[in-house]
Amino acid sequence: MSDSWKPTDDAQVLEAVAWASAEEVPLEIVGQGSKRSFGRPLQCERDLDLSGLSGITLYEPGELVLSAKAGTALSEIRAALEDARQELAFEPPDLAPFFGRPAGAGTLGGTIAANLSGPRRINAGAARDHFLGFQAVSGRGERFKSGGRVMKNVTGYDLPKLLAGSFGTLAVMTDVTVKVLPAPEKQRTVLLFGLDDAAAVAALSAALGSPHEVSGAAHLPAAVAAGSSVDFVAGAGTAVTAIRLEGHGPSVEARCAALREALAAGGPAAAAQEELHSQRSRTLWREIAELAPFVVRPELAVWRISVAPSEGPKVAATLADLPEMLHYFDWGGGLLWLGTAAGGTAEEVRVRGAVATVGGHATLLRAPARVRLAVPVFQPLDAARAALSRRVKEGFDPRRILNPGRMVPEL
Amino acid sequence: MRMPEPDGAVIARKRAIVETLRTLVPGPGGVIFDEDELRAYETDGLTAYRQIPMIVVLPSSTAEVSAVLRYCHDEGIKIVPRGAGTGLSGGALPLADGITLGLSKLNRILEVDYPNRCVVTQPGVTNLGITRAVEAEGFYYAPDPSSQIACSIGGNIAENSGGVHCLKYGLTTNNVLGVEFVLMDGTVVRFGGKHLDAEGYDLLGVVTGSEGLLGIVTEVTVRILRKPATARALLLGFPSSEQAGDCVAEIIAAGIIPGGMEMMDKPAIHATEAFVHAGYPLDVEALLIVELDGPEAEVEHLIERVDAIARQQGATYHRASAGEAEREAFWSGRKNAFPAVGRISPDYLCMDGTIPRNRLPEVLARMREMSERYGLRVANVFHAGDGNLHPLILYDANKPDELARTEAFGAEILKLCVEVGGVLTGEHGVGVEKRDLMGAMFDETDLKQQQRLKCAFDPDQLLNPGKVFPQLHRCAELGRLHVHHGKLPFPDLPRF
Ligand SMILES: Cc1cc2nc3c(=O)[nH]c(=O)nc-3n(C[C@H](O)[C@H](O)[C@H](O)COP(=O)(O)OP(=O)(O)OC[C@H]3O[C@@H](n4cnc5c(N)ncnc54)[C@H](O)[C@@H]3O)c2cc1C
Repeated sequence: MSDSWKPTDDAQVLEAVAWASAEEVPLEIVGQGSKRSFGRPLQCERDLDLSGLSGITLYEPGELVLSAKAGTALSEIRAALEDARQELAFEPPDLAPFFGRPAGAGTLGGTIAANLSGPRRINAGAARDHFLGFQAVSGRGERFKSGGRVMKNVTGYDLPKLLAGSFGTLAVMTDVTVKVLPAPEKQRTVLLFGLDDAAAVAALSAALGSPHEVSGAAHLPAAVAAGSSVDFVAGAGTAVTAIRLEGHGPSVEARCAALREALAAGGPAAAAQEELHSQRSRTLWREIAELAPFVVRPELAVWRISVAPSEGPKVAATLADLPEMLHYFDWGGGLLWLGTAAGGTAEEVRVRGAVATVGGHATLLRAPARVRLAVPVFQPLDAARAALSRRVKEGFDPRRILNPGRMVPEL
Repeated sequence: MRMPEPDGAVIARKRAIVETLRTLVPGPGGVIFDEDELRAYETDGLTAYRQIPMIVVLPSSTAEVSAVLRYCHDEGIKIVPRGAGTGLSGGALPLADGITLGLSKLNRILEVDYPNRCVVTQPGVTNLGITRAVEAEGFYYAPDPSSQIACSIGGNIAENSGGVHCLKYGLTTNNVLGVEFVLMDGTVVRFGGKHLDAEGYDLLGVVTGSEGLLGIVTEVTVRILRKPATARALLLGFPSSEQAGDCVAEIIAAGIIPGGMEMMDKPAIHATEAFVHAGYPLDVEALLIVELDGPEAEVEHLIERVDAIARQQGATYHRASAGEAEREAFWSGRKNAFPAVGRISPDYLCMDGTIPRNRLPEVLARMREMSERYGLRVANVFHAGDGNLHPLILYDANKPDELARTEAFGAEILKLCVEVGGVLTGEHGVGVEKRDLMGAMFDETDLKQQQRLKCAFDPDQLLNPGKVFPQLHRCAELGRLHVHHGKLPFPDLPRF
């Protein structure tokens, strides 16, 4: 068991990282540890636990901006935003149960470092698109900042984009500022029944290409739909395709009616429809975002595959014979969640091979530690990008003391 | 403007360099070295600064761009990338010993993919060209800088450009899916594609807004959106800019994010009205254009709510657009604000700071004070929703020291933006214009960390040197680590 430090202010973070840098002691950077088993397993001498670095430092709803210490619990942020009827529009999913931890765990800094976003990614953007600025300590043991607290800012390189999704391998964020948005007043979900993957993604594509501002577009094959806690979905007895509309009341009603009409005109396959309102709709999208189908199948290894939406069904079809394969689509077909018996290299070769033929990437989001050590968790990069990434790491953390090897062995 | 000392040895080799470039870029008009022809490239949209480049090269393919860069890398020759040259911060300002590499011949749209809602294009295509290619099918490309008929999509990526609709639809960075990118040593890399999110570090996010310092964009994939079913604009006049600012805050507090929300002050209103006759009221201190877009039911509903909010906030003029023609007329004034101001003054300098919106009244008041002190007029247009200010300082370059006074005035405005919690530039970039002000926002450590990123892409610093960073450090120096061994920190730090 490694030794753990729990700093309570920025000066202590600086001191810890500067010491680790001087002594070349690797640190594992931890928020609440909700996603600790995401990535290559780490062997660090020490943990740097940031959960003591907590609290909202600025929240101006009228300016659509919120700043907080990086270790602030996401639940605290959510509660503050709800009071002002606002939210993080990228819909950060609560993946703690998926990773076998209590629901609700997770920090704002960890959410950004993993760049995780929910179904609304397709039109609202990812965590990185809402990340405005930060203060951090680099692996060099130096405090620096980038970005700001205003939404429009092109002063210098966009380092927030670099840190989002860098899994703590470049710098330890101490303060983060995000853009927040009004929460939609109302939501409805149109369901289509009985479509196969290809027909479903075609229907989702038509919906996303319509003027109805779709904010969720998922397809659940029959095996996944059956496990939903939403009666209309579980009881369908067949595949369910879901299209979400959100916004101001009269707008959602009008768009919902118009979308249903357009889909019905799309042919007999799309004729079977249902409509979910408020609570049911919310529950369904939470299940989709939080990987509910895999929470109840903890023995499966789970891949997150991002491809052009029209390629999603092809990739799924190529991989249909993987042992115990279970899958569903989000992001209009572009995000394929795929579970398979937790094998190892053989499955990895198949998954990455299928992605390679269409372009995109596959991440092994969940698997036993031995598998995550044996196969690349993140999509391997070509030589040019791998070299560039190494040089970027070199500039921020030359002694490789921050989460070394969490993404790939050399970073 | 202080620029890196030109390298006489490189300039002396001009002939030989031209000969080599002609073999690398053999097409007609691919290499320009005649003084008269070079003059067309001496400046960009920031016309106060001019420099004739040593050579201009206009490649026709990624392979040619790569060959030119590899050659220049090996020979230690500096490169300045250039799109359409509309940039307002001098990012494409040439170097006397450098090659300006223009992307204007890479001007084809390569693919329109409706099922995946994206367009793949070469970088020299104009911003509006993308929308034109897809509008027949009811789609458009959302970021819409006022220069959209002229500026290139490659330049948009380099500057992370915005537009009047970016409060709701985002800046360039939120609408780009992928790029093909050529590094200074000629390596061709791809970041992103038609899929979402990065594998590994988000280098797409990093090169967007990198002002031509990290590499050359040779291909772009952008997402396209379906045009909203309807759009209507409200024109709202207020007796004071405070009231207009409060109105903006109330609209957002009501949970409404308009498609566009622009403000103009009295000098800007008068200049634009005289130029385009948009029908703006002349007896108000501040004018807001609020555009609502979406399905008809939504637009009707929100127009009413916004109008009610405006009345509560003391609007003395309101008018909702009745049809497309009127909506476009409302916008025509705002979109032509720069040229309109150009008509009432021999020259103008366009500033581009962002502030927390609630500081607007204070910033405007202090700007009025500065305007008097410097003896220079200023007109303000303002992306009100996101706090991005465009003060236009009116001056006459033929009058001795007016440019210098204008620059000092501009610098003071930008420092004020930083002081109230904002930033030096919201969408036009740092370039040479704001380079020496970077220290107002960042300390040495911040700037050095940014430059280390530059070193990962261009360790010899041959790409667009003299831009963005006030002081150039060698990469070897930046990489050095100053290690202070000490005892284990804070024995009193909670540990378990
Ligand atoms: C009247 C007017 C209105 C404007 N309105 C707006 C506005 O509303 N919003 C806004 O954001 N901007 C606006 N601008 C500024 C300008 O149009 C944008 O910055 C635009 O993106 C520049 O594009 P360009 O092709 O002209 O680039 P250039 O001016 O040629 O170059 C700009 C920078 O990008 C680099 N560059 C260009 N192409 C490439 C490439 N392919 N690869 C790598 N680097 C490259 C150059 O080196 C330079 O640093 C306006 C300008 C004018 C003149």
